[in-house]
Formats: sequence, C-alpha cells, structure tokens
Amino acid sequence: MRVIADREVCVGAGQCVLTEPDVFDQDPEDGRVLLLIAEPGKTYEDAVREACDLCPSGALSIAED
Amino acid sequence: MTQIDASELQVDEIPAFPTQRSCPFHPPGEYAEIRQGDTPVRVALPSGRVAWLITAHDQVRQVLASPHVSSDRGRDNFPIRFKQPDPEITEKFKEFRPSLIGVDPPFHTRLRRSVITEFTVRRTRELRPRVQEIVDGAVDDLLESGKDGRPVDLVAKVSLPVPSMVICELLGVPYADHDFFQDRTATLISFKRAPEDGLKAFHDLGDYFRDLVARKEKAPTDDLIGRLIVAGRENGDHDSEELVGLAQLLLIAGHETTANMISLGTVALLEDPEQLRALREDPDTLMPKAVEELLRFFTIADTVTARTATADIEVGGITIRAGEGLIASGLAANRDPHAYPEPDSLDITRNARNHVAFGYGVHQCLGQNLARLELDIVYRTLFGRVPGLTLAVPAESLSYKDEALVYGINEVPVTW
Repeated sequence: MRVIADREVCVGAGQCVLTEPDVFDQDPEDGRVLLLIAEPGKTYEDAVREACDLCPSGALSIAED
Repeated sequence: MTQIDASELQVDEIPAFPTQRSCPFHPPGEYAEIRQGDTPVRVALPSGRVAWLITAHDQVRQVLASPHVSSDRGRDNFPIRFKQPDPEITEKFKEFRPSLIGVDPPFHTRLRRSVITEFTVRRTRELRPRVQEIVDGAVDDLLESGKDGRPVDLVAKVSLPVPSMVICELLGVPYADHDFFQDRTATLISFKRAPEDGLKAFHDLGDYFRDLVARKEKAPTDDLIGRLIVAGRENGDHDSEELVGLAQLLLIAGHETTANMISLGTVALLEDPEQLRALREDPDTLMPKAVEELLRFFTIADTVTARTATADIEVGGITIRAGEGLIASGLAANRDPHAYPEPDSLDITRNARNHVAFGYGVHQCLGQNLARLELDIVYRTLFGRVPGLTLAVPAESLSYKDEALVYGINEVPVTW
C-alpha cells in the first residue's frame, strides 16, 4: 500500500495527523501534509484509509500496487 | 434516476427553509421529512432567495468538496438567510464579504496558507498548558461567584470567557475589549437584528481591527497578527486591509462557536447522567470521542456551508444548475441514518469523526484543532472539579439561540 499526499491540494486541517501520527505529520514551515512513511504496512492500513476518508481537501489517496 | 429541472417547479410550491425546532436538542422536524428520498429539495429563504437544501451525508461532502461551488457572498444567488428588505442595504451588503469563509480559490488558497502554521495539530497541542490555566481561572471564578449557593450563569463565567481569552491571546487582541467584540458578534449573527445594525456591527469590528493592525504595523508583537505582518513584509505581500478582514473573521469564529459548544455540551451531558458518569470515570478514553459526538450532535453552524454552483452539478439524482444556490446542511448530514445508526441518540462511545460539523472541502474549519482542545479541557475541568454540577432550571426552559446563524444557549444557570 502506497500513500500519495498532494501538498498542492492540502489545506492543513490536520485530520490525518490526528488519525495516524506515525504516518502523517504537518510541515512546521507551511502546515501542509508530510508523509513520514510512504509505504505503511498492514498495521496502519485501517488508520490510513480513515485518514484518506477524513481528509477534507482530497489531498490523500492510496495506490494499490 | 429522473432528472428534475428546477425551472419546472412552481415558486409557490417551494417550502420555507425550516428553522423552528420543537426540541432544543434536535433539528426542526421538517429535516426528517425532507430527507425522505435523499434528494436535494428547493427551499425559500427569509431573504427571498431560493436554494437547494442538501441533507444526505455523502451528498453534503460531495458538494462541499466540489471545485464547482463558490463561497462568495456577493454572488446574486448566494443563499443568504438574513432578511434584506431594502435594495440599497442589499447593495451595501456586497461589501460584507467575510475573509476566508467568503472567498474562493486561488485567493482563498493563498490566504489560508498564510495562516495554517498557526493552527496545526502540534501548535495547538503546545497551547494546552496555557488553555488549562485559562479554564482553571474561569472555573475558580464560577465557584467563587456561587459560593453562597445561588445559581451562576455558566455562559458568563465559563463558556464565553474561555474561548474569548484563548483567541485574544493567540491573535494579540486585548481581552479587556471583550464586551465590545462579543456584543458586535452577537448582533452580526442574529436574524432578529435590523440589516443596518448588522452592517454597523461589521463596520465597528472592521474599524477596531484597522486601528489594532496599524498599531502592530508600527511595532509588531509576538502574536498571530504581529507574526503575519512580519511574514507578509518578508514575502512582499503584506496587505493591511486583508489582515484586518482575516483577524476579524478569526476573532468572531474563534469565540462564539466554541462558547456555544461549551454550553450545549455541558447541558447535554448533565441531562444524561449515565453517560456523564462513564465520562467522569474514564475521561482519557472517552473524552476525545465525546467531543466529536457532541460536535456531530449539535452541528451549531448548520448553514454556514452555503454555496453557489459555478457549473452544473449532479447530486442525489438531480442537476443543480450553474448559478443556483445550495445549502449543504451539516446538521441534516450529521443526523443521516445512513451515516450514523440511531443518529438522534447522543452516544459518546461511537466513532463520529467523519462528521461535518466543521464543514468539508477546502473551507473546513481552520481552528478545529483549537476548538477540540478547548472543549476537551473545559469538559474535563468542569466535570472533574465540580462533581455536584447541576442545572438550576429544566433544560427545556433555557433560552436557546434559534434566531442566530450559530446555534447555542443565551444563559445556563447552574448550581452545585
């Protein structure tokens, strides 16, 4: 599972960080999403899917490859 | 699915936008009727305008995330709820274009980006010790005022002062001016006030911030307004008037909303002793869920999520035409039985995190993490420090803000 984070779309709501701080952070410079783990394993799958669903701007997606 | 063309409907068939609640804890009864069929319906607003009311959770998220909607209050069909009987005043209201919530990308994108770092999850968490001090001070004041056993107003002692002090410190606004800005905010969002009074309140706040920004431009202070002045000058895009609008919006949005959630959440929990007992026993597990559930349950800014379509949008089997107004009702969406089992029950153990009480799309509340922090600390402190807290009057006889853009309670007399 590969996570794609589009920093051009991100509005910095912080929903992803609240959902899974191991995978997502906010850049202290601009507040936008930072991926801490680009290919999170099974342990994170549910949380990553929830973060993608909660993201208000559509900045997060999952590439199933 | 059948496509309905709005022009085929007769105007006199359009029902008025429902606003009358029969129970203070639940949406107007018509919301449930409108929801049957999960198709957007047209409603007539007190301003005389007609808008599509969207009630299904997935459709509300769909339209708010769409790039084909505009938040610009100046558009001809924007679903304004306030009565505007005088065309001259309607014209003047075109200036009434709130910062952030009333602007579209790409301008909105630049403006929001200029201020995101102030509201990140990490920055907000760093505020916890200071917010706890402010809450402790407010609860001290509440306890002191009621030590003779007489009822004390929770709104005056805790609900309003806490978020007002927090946002004042963050922005760099003197808290001593709270009577002024609380009064003007209440006027601004009231449906009962005369249009010219709303305009005056807006201008008063603008003048206040124009003066404050001018002072901080001379000597920038270490607060949000000061930091934006410094950053804007470094980037070469400092714009005084833009900052005045932004600061004004952040102050209004930062105190009135959270204040109402403090009051409503406290009353709802006091009315539900079993859930309150569970929450008091295990706040670390239950409080974050309780905060989300209370946000879902009350959705106090139900219709702030109004838009105008800028292209034809297919939603729930109908076509909303470019130029038509729509209201993506957060309250209806958050009571959608397809999204939440038993939506009209307050259940602090459910996962309500996908509620739309903070909106959705690029305009989703900038201060949501600060609001969560304040609600978490206030509920913990209030219920932790005041074990005998109780309403001095029945919940149903309280004065609720049915006549305002943001729902809440005017006064909450409590004893302990």
